[in-house]
Amino acid sequence: MAKRYDAIIVGGGHNGLVTAAYLAKAGRRVLVLEKRHVLGGAAVTEELYPGFKFSVCSYVVSLFRPHIIRELELTKHGMQLIPLECSFTPHLEGPGLVRWPDANVTRREVSRFSQKDAEIYPEFSLAMSKMGFFVKRIIDNPPPDVGSMNPAELQKIASLFGHLKGLGPDMLELHVQLLTMSAVDFLQMWFESDELLAPMSCSGIIGTFLGVRSPGTAYVLLHHYMGEIDGAFRSWGFSKGGTGGISLAIANAARSYGAEIRTEAPVARILMKGKRATGVVLENGDEIHARVVVSNADPRRTFLEMVGEKEFDPTFVSQVKRYKFRGSSGKVNLALDRLPDFTCRPGDGVHVRGDIAIAPSLEYLERAFDDAKYGNFSRRPYLNVVVPSLVDPSVAPPGKHVMSIFVQYAPYNLAEGADAWPKRREEFGDTVVDTLAEYCPGLKESILFRQVLTPWDLEHEIGLSEGNIFQGELSLEQLLFLRPAPGWSRYQTPVNRLWLCGSGAHPGGGIMGAPGELCAKALLRSGEV
Amino acid sequence: MPIATPFHPRTSARCVSLFYKDWAGYWAVRSYDTTHEREYFAFRHACGLIDVTPLYKYDVRGRDAARVLARVMARDVRKLKANQVAYVCWCDDDGHVLDDGTVTRFDADNFRVTSSEPALHWLRRASRGFQITIEDVSHRIAALSIQGPTSRDAVNAACGGDVAKLGFFRLAQSRIDGVDVQISRTGYTGDLGYEIWMLNEDALRVYDALMAAGRAYGIEPAGLDAMDVTRVEAGFILNGVDYYPATRCLIPSRKSTPYELGLGWMVHLEREPFFGRDALQREKQRGSTRMLVGLELDWDEFEGMFRAHGLPPEVHPGGWRDARPVYDTRGLFIGQATSGAWSPILKKNLALATVKSDYAAPGTTVRMEVTVEYERRAVRATVVETPFFNPERKRA
Repeated sequence: MAKRYDAIIVGGGHNGLVTAAYLAKAGRRVLVLEKRHVLGGAAVTEELYPGFKFSVCSYVVSLFRPHIIRELELTKHGMQLIPLECSFTPHLEGPGLVRWPDANVTRREVSRFSQKDAEIYPEFSLAMSKMGFFVKRIIDNPPPDVGSMNPAELQKIASLFGHLKGLGPDMLELHVQLLTMSAVDFLQMWFESDELLAPMSCSGIIGTFLGVRSPGTAYVLLHHYMGEIDGAFRSWGFSKGGTGGISLAIANAARSYGAEIRTEAPVARILMKGKRATGVVLENGDEIHARVVVSNADPRRTFLEMVGEKEFDPTFVSQVKRYKFRGSSGKVNLALDRLPDFTCRPGDGVHVRGDIAIAPSLEYLERAFDDAKYGNFSRRPYLNVVVPSLVDPSVAPPGKHVMSIFVQYAPYNLAEGADAWPKRREEFGDTVVDTLAEYCPGLKESILFRQVLTPWDLEHEIGLSEGNIFQGELSLEQLLFLRPAPGWSRYQTPVNRLWLCGSGAHPGGGIMGAPGELCAKALLRSGEV
Repeated sequence: MPIATPFHPRTSARCVSLFYKDWAGYWAVRSYDTTHEREYFAFRHACGLIDVTPLYKYDVRGRDAARVLARVMARDVRKLKANQVAYVCWCDDDGHVLDDGTVTRFDADNFRVTSSEPALHWLRRASRGFQITIEDVSHRIAALSIQGPTSRDAVNAACGGDVAKLGFFRLAQSRIDGVDVQISRTGYTGDLGYEIWMLNEDALRVYDALMAAGRAYGIEPAGLDAMDVTRVEAGFILNGVDYYPATRCLIPSRKSTPYELGLGWMVHLEREPFFGRDALQREKQRGSTRMLVGLELDWDEFEGMFRAHGLPPEVHPGGWRDARPVYDTRGLFIGQATSGAWSPILKKNLALATVKSDYAAPGTTVRMEVTVEYERRAVRATVVETPFFNPERKRA
């Protein structure tokens, strides 16, 4: 007699593992099925080259919910975060710009471009902290059910607005602006200098097929500002051992509560009995049954591939088909035999220990988007570079380094079609290295190994539809009570006993664990397990 | 006015913050930058290099050296083997702690004592009539502490592999850049780490060689602020902060015994008399009235107190050492928390506290005073075992 599970989690990404850990902690029999040989999904560490451990996809962490760390005892299970110290924007001329944790040093840096910007910077930080404090309530709870006349729901919405108003008279206004404006327009309410606006607006386009001047990007900006580490908002960190370290810590916690986790166990489809999910079929044909199936895969894969269109009513199917992925970014990972040396700020100072943005001007970013609009990767892309081995020597041999380069734009749909990506992969990699080498001349000679991930690779290797790093864009029409589809934002789906726990559910992408946690808690409350 | 240690030419060149404090009459760097964060994370993920020259150091030599030190120390240091180090404390006749430090045995008749307070006169008093010499070498011997998971690799690279197999609390004679050094597998961070002892005149050569060798291992010069967080995580007490030396206490209630400080494990009673033995024997039989314990503050309640003001929780950056009252759940005073820190690696708010013994059992709920938006509040805390942070590599 085969073992019977209360819940099967399809996919061992960090959210799936969070769901598994919460369910197991509540005493449920849980099985996690991961198709790859490693756990973590996009929060994964792999030793791609001997001695070098890469955060293959997702490379920094900020949004991970502190209460999940406490509730799942993740520090005991090996989760360790190391804060990023600063943000460096190299320039081809002049010393570039570094934003430091020390406010006075940052003020002096920014003053070189605009004294007004330098002095107003703390005001902006305060406004963002207020927003982060407010948004924390949104990401730590299931989305409010707007339109519901249920008194409990109405009260939740009223309480949210009450909190917002409590933060000051202009905060409501600011939130509406944030939801509707472009990243640049929003930032221009404070700042004027191109050199500051460019790197700051980049947070608004990450994982999104929009330009820094496209409306709606201001919200994505906030999504990257609302992180919190040790009570400090807007802080970003590395995970010890790479971002896979977080996934492994969650997996250890889940196992300690009794969850079973299998790798190299790809799920082919979800078993149905009438309108109800009853288990899964693995690619090898094995059937495993459970009282509920929780999918960590994105909505398209879950509904259209693992369940099948015919099980849903046509309206829902078209909603899922309209749900936008439009992967817009790629990744280049390098093993280096020495530290990169930037022409504009030579040496191995603190400036290279944080994140390094190749975003010299707004025009540069707009031109990068222009290429993407017409189905090409950017000839000179926006890059976000980190060298985690500087603060965590465990990821590289002594004196050597790993470099992670996030690249945008790399549109999934190339003019010649997405399937052209494998042919153009190395050309894309060369473009990225050439771009960075303009700022960092010795780079090419120091490369020991290179991995290039295009959106096509993210789809085929990691399982992210169209290579979207958030399991669907973070645009307003597919956020909150609309994520992933109107009426289905509370982790349940039109299929009975099939739940969603990945970034395709509220509150979205990033290593935050929130969809996984909120799904598990809703599931436990539902009484289905 | 404090004076410079032999490392000052190097450390002051890097100390752009100009954050110093007076440590035993020396300038000691608090943090090299305006925040100690980088140094803290170096201690826990790479290695930090800290100047610990201000420790007091005494060489005790002679046929009776072991006997005398056994008379002084609550721990029976005669059991030490050559090249072994012991963490020790010593007491007055009433069993009240005077200081804590280390004793290193070089060979049968040669020892070194380190302490945080001057100890020469106390050692001399104890040695009347014995055949020993005691020399204060504090001003001749410079010391560096290198702590963190990559410290072994960094020290090994600097000394040619001499510490590859050096055990926990053991000492090696070695050379760094052609200079004689002693390296002990000791520290004050609760991590893998070493302390390196050398003559003052060799200090800069050793410092430069360690910094050069450590570069590939993420070495960072570190100061006292970062170390203070790590020592709280490690559950290590600090003289003058978590207890007062008996010789400085105006009132008896300020004095502490080894049992009260959680150092009972090092008290060896069944042997020839030593300072404080009779009192300690009585305390052991009768039980201690107070105990030093670890506290873990309840984060949810703490966060809630700030939320009530519309504020996010404020985490004190770094360690604190202004003592705070501790209450039982009914609000009665039961002791004091003497130091604490937010632990970035454990994601917990920690404190070391001395409480009435009735409240010392792990799992006991108490309350510690906190200030939230100018208001005095008491936040729930749980008594837990120390060390709070105890990685396997510490003893590896």
